[in-house]
Formats: sequence, C-alpha cells, structure tokens
Amino acid sequence: MSQTADKFIAKSTIKAADLDHRRTINFNIGKYNAKVPEGKQQFTQLLTARERAKNVKWRALETLDQQLEEFELQFTRRGGKVIWAENAKQACDEILKICEARNCKTLVKSKSMVTEEIHLNEFLGKHNIESVETDLGEYIQQLDDEPPYHIVTPAMHKSKEDVAKLFAEKLGTDPKATPEQLTLTARKILREKYVQAEVGVTGANFILADVGGVAVTENEGNARLSCAFPKTHIVIVGIEKVLPSINDLGLFWPLLATFGTGQNVTVYNSIILGPKQPGEKDGPEEMIVILLDNGRTNVLKNPKTRESLYCIRCGACLNACPVYKNIGGHSYGTTYSGPIGKVITPHLKDLGEYKHLSYASSLCGNCTEVCPMRISLHELLLENRYEAVEDGFVSFGERMAWKVWKKVSMSRKLMNTGSSKMRSWMINTFVKDWTRHRGPMQFPEKSFNQLWRERNGQ
Amino acid sequence: MNVQLFIPCFVDQLYPQTAFNMVKVLEKLGCTVHYNANQTCCGQPAFNAGFQHECKDVATKFLKDFSGSDFIVAPSASCTGFVRNYYGKIFDNSSVHNEVKDMGKRLYEFSEFLTDVLKVDNVGAKLEGKATYHDSCAGLRECKIKEGPRKLLNNVQGLELVEMNDVETCCGFGGTFAVKFEPISVAMADQKVNNALATGAQYMISTDLSCLMHLEGYIKQKGHNLRTLHLADVLANGW
Repeated sequence: MSQTADKFIAKSTIKAADLDHRRTINFNIGKYNAKVPEGKQQFTQLLTARERAKNVKWRALETLDQQLEEFELQFTRRGGKVIWAENAKQACDEILKICEARNCKTLVKSKSMVTEEIHLNEFLGKHNIESVETDLGEYIQQLDDEPPYHIVTPAMHKSKEDVAKLFAEKLGTDPKATPEQLTLTARKILREKYVQAEVGVTGANFILADVGGVAVTENEGNARLSCAFPKTHIVIVGIEKVLPSINDLGLFWPLLATFGTGQNVTVYNSIILGPKQPGEKDGPEEMIVILLDNGRTNVLKNPKTRESLYCIRCGACLNACPVYKNIGGHSYGTTYSGPIGKVITPHLKDLGEYKHLSYASSLCGNCTEVCPMRISLHELLLENRYEAVEDGFVSFGERMAWKVWKKVSMSRKLMNTGSSKMRSWMINTFVKDWTRHRGPMQFPEKSFNQLWRERNGQ
Repeated sequence: MNVQLFIPCFVDQLYPQTAFNMVKVLEKLGCTVHYNANQTCCGQPAFNAGFQHECKDVATKFLKDFSGSDFIVAPSASCTGFVRNYYGKIFDNSSVHNEVKDMGKRLYEFSEFLTDVLKVDNVGAKLEGKATYHDSCAGLRECKIKEGPRKLLNNVQGLELVEMNDVETCCGFGGTFAVKFEPISVAMADQKVNNALATGAQYMISTDLSCLMHLEGYIKQKGHNLRTLHLADVLANGW
C-alpha cells in the first residue's frame, strides 16, 4: 500500500471516531440540507434542467479543442491574453513571471480550487510575494494555515467559537467577538490589501467560448474587488470549465447556486470580458487567463471517466457523502475531496498513488443521486477500480483470491465442498477487520443449497 | 405462477432460514417455487473489486442458470439491482443483449415482487413489537424501493412501524469497504444504530441481509437491545 494510502487510513480512522467533528459537520450540512429543497423549487422540471445541463457539458467536452480556441480568439480580440499551461509548475511560473514584471509584493486572491490544486500561495510565498485570500472562509483557513476543508465552504468544520478563538490568537480580537464583529475585522484588513495589491487572481466558475468571457460566482463580492482593484487580473482555470455560450449561464447559474448552497442564484455573478477598454473608467489594465490542463486531458482520454469533467464544483456530492461526513475534507489529503475527488484525483495525479480513494466508498450511490450534472460518480469509482486492476496496481494476493473466487463461483460442486466449521474458521481468521467491531461470523451447518436438495431429494 | 428462486451466495451460505421464509411466503401466495441448484453468484463482488473479467464469466453462468421466462425472485435488493443495472454494461454490444434486457424485467427483489407483481400488501403475518425499517442503498437507489416494504410491514398484525432519522443514509456496509476501511464503516454503523435506537424500536427490518449482517454484528458487540430481521423473516412469522 502506498504511503498516501497509509496516511489516508490513519487520518480517517481518527476523524471517524471524533464525535465533536461529527457533530459540527452534521450541524453544518444539516443547514445545507434544509436550504437546498427551497432552491430546487425554482425549477419546474429539475430533472430536465439537469439533463440539459449535462448535454451542454457533453457537447463542450466533446468539442473541447474548438471551444477553447474559440474562447481564446474572442477573448484576445479585446486585448486579453491567454496562456496555456500543461501542469502546475508551468502555471505557477507564468504567474510568477507576471508578478515579477509588475514588481508585485502583494497579491489578492478570490476563492479558487484550482489555485489550491497548483499550491499557488505556497509557491508565491517562497518568492516573497504575499498572496492574500479574500473569501472569508478561505481567509479563516489561511490564518489557520490549513487547506480548505470543503470545495464550497472552506471552513465548514469550524464552529463560530473556533473562528473567534483563531482570530483572537492571530489578530488580537476579543475571543468572545460575534461573527458580525469578526467579519468586520476581516473586512477592514482585506480592504487595505485590495488597495495595496498589484495583482489580483481569481478562478472561474465558467469560461464562455462564444463571447470570450469569464464567469465568476460568489456571495461576498470579494472576487469583484480582486479583479477590479489591482492593475493586473489573472484568471486561472481548468480547461474543463468551458461552456459553449453565454446563454448557457441561464441554466448553469441557478443549478450551481441551488446545488452549492440552496440559493436561487448566488449573490454576485460577474461576466468579465477583458481588460479596461478605451473610454472605460475602471477595470484592470491587463487581464490574463491561464488555461490549465494538469492531468485533465488524462481524464478526457478515457471515454468512460470523461464525464467527471462535467463537474461544476458545487460540492453537493461532498455534502451527500456519508464517508465525507465521517472523515472530513482533510483526511483525503487531496485538493478535491469527497466523491468527485476520489473519481478525478487518481487521473489528475497518479492512479497507483491514489487508487485507494476509489475503494474508500460504500458505493451507496447518494453522490450520483444528488449531482446536478448527473455524473455517475459511484460507477466511475468502479471504473477506477477496474483500471487499477487492469494496470496492475493490485497485489498478487488479491489477484489470486479473485481467481479462486471465480473458480468456486463457476462450479456449484466446488462451492458445496468444505464444512461450515471450516468456512467460519477461515472468515474469522483471515478477515480480522470484520470481526474487530462486529464479532465472529457464524456459518450455519448447512447452506440453503444443501437443505433444498435434501428436502427435495435431489 | 412459476417463480425461480435466486438465493444470493451469502444468503445461501449464512442465512438459509431467511431464504426458506421467502419460499414459505411465496408458496402461501400461490407461487410454484423452483430452484436451480446449480446457481452460485451474480458476480457483483468481483465487479465491485474491479475484477470485471472474472465477474463477466460468473455473470455468463448466471444468465445460463436463470434462462427461461419465469419470474426470478431474490431476497436481496443489492444483487437484484446489480443484475438489473450493471449486466447491461457488462454485456454491452454482445449477442446476449436481449437476454440481459429481458432478465432485468423478469428479476424482482422479494418485496417488489409481492407489491408490484402479485399486488399483495398484506400476507397475514404477525409480530408483536415496535420496528423501524432500514432503506438499503441498493433498495432505495438501485431498485427505487421505498414504499413497498413499509406497506407490507404496516399490515403485519401487532407491529408498530416508526421511521428513524437519516433513514436514507448508508449504514456503512459496502462489501469489501466494510473490511478495507473498517473504522469508517463502523462509524457509519454507529450512526445508523443510534438513529434506530432513538426510535425505541426493538426490530430493525430491511430487504438486505448484507446491511443487516454488518449492523447485527455491531449491535451485538455493543450489547444493544435491537434485533435485525429480514423482511421475509417478518412476513413468514405468526402463521
């Protein structure tokens, strides 16, 4: 087993037994669960909406090369610049180059999972550039030196008391401060940062091919400030985020809002079409979009796993996942956690190193049920498991075990050999992880098959 | 009506009595029950472990063992759901395409067969006490079973049915998951059992012995006063 897998098991074992964690997460996800049905009411035919959205993403991904080139063509027409980055290193290097050319000391950044994926803050820190998170949840996480716990609600695992304590420690605020007071403190600090920052970095929820635009969705307005105040605006975005048309937003914005937070539409939805144009009063002087691959074309290559690229990062599958709720977002040790993280990480990174995640699922199927893009998440986990077997990532012992299983299952005669005592002994001796908290398994003396044949004289 | 029994491998080996209870109920309702003693397994364990080729060979045997036009009934939504929803993928673009499609229509989980085919929701069973019904994930999401078993249980004389919180959340079994990720699996069982206990029920009833095997082990270890029962065990009781 890989070291990453060992770490996963160690961390998840601790979290699964942590009842305080269980309580906080159940409370916070409970609030989400109460809100989502309200958002869903805005759809007269929710299933149709989801299927249409899936079709749009299907088309976008099947013609990804054309969509991206169209985006580049349209976006550069208004003076925007597009950089294609094959991996995290290329993306980070490009951002550094831009920052250095602008003498950037401080960079403000809106919430963006893709910047987490390339570990941008850490990289810039090494080059003495302060990268400030401006989303409140992310800011809390940055203060605590922790990666986001959840792709939509980064500090979901922290209670308001936890946050007050953290702010008191790091910023010297009153340990009994209310959430409103803490927000104001953060706001005051961040406002100054916006003004200081030479560069603003945002992610993108969608990039729009037909108009060459970037769509950013947020609830706090910090992304708007991050892209409007600094002279340079860098967008970093995974290539799968493309939508063929600006008109698709009519479908995707409400879906993202409802499945992400239960809102009808998120508070701020911006479409950014490029840098400041002649005659315009505000906006950044330059705007650069970095299109990041970083393993996405590996996912695209496989026609079965391709649909995992339809993900709009709403986080619904995390909130629906009983495993996520028990082990929390940090146990995974990956940027993207929960069901979608388990599906894509082995492809974005390394199947051998991350395949254990595909097995860490009870296959309950609730993720597939709640996904607005109707991605068959639990079936894709099975696909990953199949790939792991085909690519030789399973042990010799396991291979042999399934050979034996097949031999026995192909012949009722073989299946009927051996006594129940022997079966009980085998299971209880070799499957210790079953018996530890569930006691020994008891095989009855005779199987149904034997009993039936005896009763019916066969 | 002729019915072919599909007794999943682990039910065959571990819970023969439940299978006989299912037979008892089916016969009471006028079915002529047949059992092909050659049957073994539907192949799901291997498929879920990623060993799809091994699965396919066993699934091919399954198709042969259950050929014909009779209804097939199984005391497991998990195995029923697997054959129904995954065989089409396993045998995609193959000569048995129609056979597989047809089998998906002939195969029923036990409670579904009673409520949807036989149109029965009262079998005349009796059981004194308070019970809560556990939706298995396969029942709920693979087979779309929700109301049927509840109807059947509500008509069991003497039985009071109460709903538990988070009834649609997985109990944590998940096949090899229960062993490979035992601490997570057990934490999930803990929450399921706590929710069931909170209702004050004496019985936790389900369509799936795989969930119940896992929960029963956990309950016994903890010494809780809660008994797990398969739906067939309840419906065969008291007459």
